Amino acid sequence: MSTPQNTPASARAPGISLKVANSGPVTSATRISLRQINAFYGAKQALFDVNLEIPDNAVTAFIGASGCGKSTLLRCLNRMNDTIPNARVEGQILMDGVDVNGAEIDPVSVRSRIGMVFQKPSPFPMSIYDNVAYGPRTHRIAPTKADLDALVEKSLRRAALWEEVKDRLGKSGLGLSGGQQQRLCIARALAVSPAVILMDEPCSALDPVATAHIEQLIEDIRKHTCIVMVTHSMAQAARVSQITAFFHMGQLIETAPTDQLFTAPKLEQTQDYITGRFG
Amino acid sequence: MKTLTPQVKARYFRRQATDLIMGGLCVFAAVIGLIMLALILWMLFSRGLAGLSLDVFTKSMSSTGTGGGLANAIVGSLIQVGIGSMIGAPLGMMVGVYLSEVGKTSRFASLVRFVNDILLSAPSVLIGLFVYQIAVSPFKGFSGIAGAIALALLAMPVVARTTEDILRLVPQAYRDGAIALGSRENEVVRKVILPAAFGGILTGILLAVARIAGETAPLIFTSLGNSNWSTDLTKPMASLPIAIYRYAGSPSADLIQLAWTGALLITVGVLLLNVVSRVSLAALKRGQG
Repeated sequence: MSTPQNTPASARAPGISLKVANSGPVTSATRISLRQINAFYGAKQALFDVNLEIPDNAVTAFIGASGCGKSTLLRCLNRMNDTIPNARVEGQILMDGVDVNGAEIDPVSVRSRIGMVFQKPSPFPMSIYDNVAYGPRTHRIAPTKADLDALVEKSLRRAALWEEVKDRLGKSGLGLSGGQQQRLCIARALAVSPAVILMDEPCSALDPVATAHIEQLIEDIRKHTCIVMVTHSMAQAARVSQITAFFHMGQLIETAPTDQLFTAPKLEQTQDYITGRFG
Repeated sequence: MKTLTPQVKARYFRRQATDLIMGGLCVFAAVIGLIMLALILWMLFSRGLAGLSLDVFTKSMSSTGTGGGLANAIVGSLIQVGIGSMIGAPLGMMVGVYLSEVGKTSRFASLVRFVNDILLSAPSVLIGLFVYQIAVSPFKGFSGIAGAIALALLAMPVVARTTEDILRLVPQAYRDGAIALGSRENEVVRKVILPAAFGGILTGILLAVARIAGETAPLIFTSLGNSNWSTDLTKPMASLPIAIYRYAGSPSADLIQLAWTGALLITVGVLLLNVVSRVSLAALKRGQG
């Protein structure tokens, strides 16, 4: 697909109209700073010199075509890439000023502060209660049974799932619907009170109703938490995020407040992608 | 509907015919297998049931050539298979966990996997001779514990193989989910992976128990067999397979009868073990679901 290279983005055809719900400036402090991130799988480089500030109490969306490196970057943040043989990350990932890749940092302590929700809802094959209690038990957060009960209830309430499951806490988490399972996974992540929650296409396996549920939930959670979300749906990025970062072939092309990025992108490449003229 | 050209019709017919023939061959093979199994079971039950009496369970094997029961062989088998499983199953599980969760594709893991596969297909008589060398010969005597060790060595590779296969079927999402929640590797395996694979691993262990319950050759060189009542692990110990082996070739009709009964007992025992564990596993699952 050929596009004239020198036209300023603003002069091009207007972008598809996406409803931007959460407009307004993000004023909260930076939670995560990425400095010169390069990531490799073996000899193949997946990310090139990524610099990005991720604010607290906001949703930052990563968008871009498959293979652009957005999921790789997400998995760098909680050092999930450590579990992949041959994966290597260079650069600084500062969370509250501390480098998560620092020599003295235990990846387990990083992951206990950063929750993660995956593409496919994947509760553990155990009861709903045990799913939510997994993190607190692992990190010995709730000393007594009563504390744990309270924490499980609080987490399920925050994930807007309590009313639907309160009578079946002992039943398997796998018996829930897809949307409920994903909310259970969110409750599971919330139970350890993470400072950051990473979401890797959290709604791509869900129907529109369940998606709307999760998006509402994300909007509630982000008031107290830093959320970083990878999404393939630009409409979703526009609906739920405050900051959007556009990636292409391992490079961070443009970052801007979501309403700006979708209405007046600075770069033509971004404009092409969000209007579907991506080639 | 569009009319079909003769070529298309012919091709369509050919594909349908191939489908039917292939399906028919599969059914044929399955039926042959089932018939064989049914014949064996029918023979076992018809011949074995005739000799079933209280004496079989209360009297030891006779040394005079007639009469007697199988009590010492039943208990001997229970002891040796029990100890063999208790040693072999945990070891095999650990090997399986190592191969699937820790070693994965490393060179050492590949070597272990290769050796395990050789062990899996090694003739059991070789295992018996090996244990004879390490546990019978040095102590100058056949013993029940040597029999149990030989059975453990036979059970271990079966359990290792099935455990690895089952663990590989556990979705990666469970591992990722547990790691992302800040679990250490051993916690991921203990709290998430092994419970998720419990049913499959249990099946592997039952397969191994079923296999060693019927093994004769490795016991000939290790626990030897014993006509008298003995539960002493350091002395020769009776077992059902060896009793069958000895009695089946004897000239006495009632000893041959006892051999059939013994064979029936092994089969029914393994069957019961399978049914009981499956039913309890299903009940466990229902309780969770």
